[in-house]
This record gives sequence, structure tokens and C-alpha cells, in this order.
Amino acid sequence: MMQHWIRQALLGSGVAKFCSGWLLLVVVAALAGPSVMPWDPAAVDWDALESPPDARHWLGTDMIGRDLLTRIMLGARISLSVAVVATLVSVLIGIPYGTLAGYLGGRVDQIMMRLVDTLYALPFILIVILLVVVFGRNSLLLFAALGAIFWLDIARIVRGQTLRIRESEFIGAARILGAGQTHILFRHLIPNVLSPAVVYATLTVPGVILAESFISFLGLGIQEPDTSWGVLIADGTANMESAPWALLFPASVLALTVWSLNMLGDRLRDQLDVQNKRV
Amino acid sequence: MLRYLLIRGLYLIVTFWVIVTLVFFLLRLAPGGPFDGERRLPAEVEQNLLAAYDLDKPLPQQYLNYLQMLVQGDLGPSFKQKDFTVAELVSAGLPVSLGIGGAALILAVVAGIGLGTAAGLRSGSVTDLLVMGTTNLGLAVPAIVLAPLLALIFAVWLDLLPTGGIGSPAHYLLPAIALSLPFVAAIARLTRGSVAEVMTQPHVTTARAKGLPDARIIRRHILPIALLPVLSFLGPAAAALLTGSVVVEQVFELPGIGRYFVQAALNRDYTLVMGVAVVYAAFILGFNLLVDLCYARLDPRIRLFGNSPGL
Repeated sequence: MMQHWIRQALLGSGVAKFCSGWLLLVVVAALAGPSVMPWDPAAVDWDALESPPDARHWLGTDMIGRDLLTRIMLGARISLSVAVVATLVSVLIGIPYGTLAGYLGGRVDQIMMRLVDTLYALPFILIVILLVVVFGRNSLLLFAALGAIFWLDIARIVRGQTLRIRESEFIGAARILGAGQTHILFRHLIPNVLSPAVVYATLTVPGVILAESFISFLGLGIQEPDTSWGVLIADGTANMESAPWALLFPASVLALTVWSLNMLGDRLRDQLDVQNKRV
Repeated sequence: MLRYLLIRGLYLIVTFWVIVTLVFFLLRLAPGGPFDGERRLPAEVEQNLLAAYDLDKPLPQQYLNYLQMLVQGDLGPSFKQKDFTVAELVSAGLPVSLGIGGAALILAVVAGIGLGTAAGLRSGSVTDLLVMGTTNLGLAVPAIVLAPLLALIFAVWLDLLPTGGIGSPAHYLLPAIALSLPFVAAIARLTRGSVAEVMTQPHVTTARAKGLPDARIIRRHILPIALLPVLSFLGPAAAALLTGSVVVEQVFELPGIGRYFVQAALNRDYTLVMGVAVVYAAFILGFNLLVDLCYARLDPRIRLFGNSPGL
């Protein structure tokens, strides 16, 4: 049973329904897409090189005659899985780090958060480019590394939440009952910081998608024959004068997806705030 | 105040050192070296080349040498572009990158604050809905989407503006717009939120009850408070704009330092990568410090004497 506030956030208005619907479509297309399409994503259609959208190729073909819709679906698979992997990594680092800092408090907290502040000041894109050079073709490792950069926000949110909960009565009660530190940490604190962490994680996903497309756009990320939205946009850019559709479609899909994720993330956060005030 | 500056200065140096160290060792972790070409060099030649650039020394030694050079303000020779020093390459590319980044920053601040204030003063109005709707879209259209689209529309289809290169201010227009749009959107949303909040505060009601003209209320009573969050956003925004110019430099074929960085990282031009990173880091850290000092000056609640929060 989905909780009421989540349903309110995801389906509560026309715009929200549209965003949820679009994301559902993208996920389904990414999971099932390339295999149900009549075209192989790598197959060259010699009769339709660089052809505009028509009944045969709904979104046209690229410069070497590959079906664009199929390739966008393949790109969705990679862009989305990358986003999920990196977000998971960021949550796995951010939650324990933030909870620990907030729970221990005092000097430890100060030092831990000062480290976060220092990392915030790093020229993030430069580090990403370097990570790409280091990890090269291994895209899984690369995006785990991306996650290792995105945990900062989650850690901050979780720490704030922990500071708030630490003083609540039920924590005091647990302590009086003789519960140990680890027990309080894992059974009482972490479960209570999970929902804000997950909500902020939904706002991390579009950030990762953008970062991945940025890297791939520069030709540093996903390599042929695999593809991602960033790669498709870069290819489209190279030939935009003769085949504008090869730029317009992937660019719109990327923008629409990021927009939907931002919208739903914001709505989830707003609903969560309402939820917190009520408690 | 002096104590605050000293502590900040210390943090600045430590952060700078962290960046330099991180970049240095990350780069050396990467497989390959600057002299791996299509053809393998004869062993003696390669040995001599490595020796000439001190690359045959142990890594910690090289690291210390680099730090020593850096402290003396020397960025070293470029490994790949043989006739140039890193300093020469960086000073050729920096004005271009700073030009785009600076223009984008000004655009983002002016347009963002203007739109945000217009929306925040009348929350719930048509203007507000329009601004919030379009900025939401603006956040979702990154430079890698916007830069090629703008080039396609204004340079290829309408033939109004040049597509690439530098030479006239018009060459900077499209890149700056492409780079700034997400930041216009972010600043507009931030401004809108805080203007709407400040509007409800008692001192604004008082000012209105005194019969002050609207323009004066906005200028003297609302904006100085409402713009504080925008100010603190400017630090990270400036960093993102400066480094984000990598993409627009690529699309519009501008000879800035962002392109050097990508190229140099790919062909392991160690000193050039380090040089660009050092310059970026210096700008970003310097700008962050400037923002913090302005913040302290504008917000009377922050005292820089001893007990300021977060120190």
C-alpha cells in the first residue's frame, strides 16, 4: 500500500500525472525497448541513410542509417542504469556518514562536516573528467565514482535530520531501556532518516543523468557500440545542419526526463515537509 | 575580523593543496603516459625523454618537485606542445573562458534576480506562474542541449549570429546564453522564494504603513534581505559556470582553457592538466572567499569576531 503523501506527490495533479507517466514510459522503453523494436540498434538500414522521420523510422535515422528511436531506447537503458548505480552509491555513503556526524555531534561532527564543505569547493567537473581518464572504458566503475561525488548533499540532509531526531523522546526512552549505541543508531536513527534521504536521492538522479550526458558529450564516457543520451546529442550536434532531427529528439527526451524528475522530486520534498510538520 | 581572515586563509590554502594533490595523483593513476604514441619509441630515446622531464624519478619525489615549482609560481613546460610553457598556454586561453563565464554570470544574476523579484512580489499571479513554469524547464535544459540548439536555430537556420570562433562580442553571445540559462532559472527560483517570504515580514508592513513608495520598499527593505541566499549561491554557481564552459567551448569551437583540459587529460599532458586545474581552483576558491566576505558585510547577524557560526 502506497502511503498517502507519496501518492499525493506522484499523482496529485495533472502535471504530476504527466511526469509520472513519462518516467514510466521511459523506464519501460529502457527495459523492454531495444528488444521489441523491429530494428537492431546497431543495424544499418542502407535504404535510409540519414533519413528524416517517416513511417518506416518513426524518429528518422542517424548519419549511418541506424534507427534513432531504437538508439534512444538503448541510450535510456544506459543513462538510467548509470543514474541508479551512482545514486545508490551516494545514498550508501551519505546516510551512514550523515547519521554518524549528527549522532556523535560535537568535535567529530565539526570535523566531518568541515570535510564535506571542503569537498564542496572542489571543481567538480574537473575531478569527473579526471576520473573518466583513470577508469577509462569501465563505465560501471566510472559511475560508482560519480556516486562517490554526489553523496555530499545526502550527507548534509541526513545529518540535519539526525540532529532533529536525536533529541526526541523515543531515543531517550531507548537509552533509558539500556539500548546500546549501535542499536540506537541502526534500529532508531537510520530508519527515521531514510525517507528524507530517499526523497533527496530522487533529486540526485537528474543530476547524475546530466553529469553522464556531459561526460559522454565530450566523448569521454560511453563508447560505441553502446550509446547514451549524451552520445546521441553529441552525434546530433556534429551533423545538425543536414539532420536536425538527430539532435532534436534525443535533446528533448533528455530535457523532458530531467524536468519530470525535478518536478516529482520537488513535490515529494514539499509533501515530506508537510508530513514532518504534522508529526 | 583579522582572526576570521587568518582562519579562512588557512582553509583556503588547505583546500587548494587538497585539490592539487588529488589532481596530481589521480592523473598518475591513469594508465599510459605523455610519450606513448602510435609508434613505440626506442628504449633509449624514451628513457632520455622521461629523464628530461624528471618522469623517471619516484612519484613522491616528482610530487614534491611539483609543489616546489608551484610555490615559486612556475607551472612548468607543456609535455605535448613542445614550444610552449603551461603558463603561456593558460594565459592564451584564460581570457576566452573568463569572458564566457563572466558574461554568463552577469546574465544569470541580472535576468535571474529580475525575473525572481517580479514573480515573488506578486506570488500566485500570472507573471509568477509563467516565471516558475519556464524556469522549471530552464533547470532541465543543460548546456549540452541548449548550446547545440541555439547554434542550430540562430546560426544555421536564421543565420543571425556566428557559429564559432572568437573575434567580436557577438561571438560570445550564444555561448554565454547557453551556459547561463540553467543558472538564470536557479537564481530566479531562489529570489522568488525569498522575496515572497520577506514580503510577509513585519518590517515590510511597517514600511508600507509609513506610506513609502513601492520602489523604495523593494530597493531598501526587501531586496537587501531577500538577496542573501542568492549571494551564497553565487560561489558554487561561479565555479560551475567557469568549469561548465568546457561544453560550450567544444560546441562553439572557442579556444578556452576548458578544451585544453579535456585534450590534455586525454593525452596525459601532466603539467598542462595540473596548470589548468590550479588556475580553476584559484579562481573558484578566491570567488568563494569574496562571496563569504560580502555575505558577512551585508548580513548584520553574522559577526566575524570569534564566535561566527561554522568555524
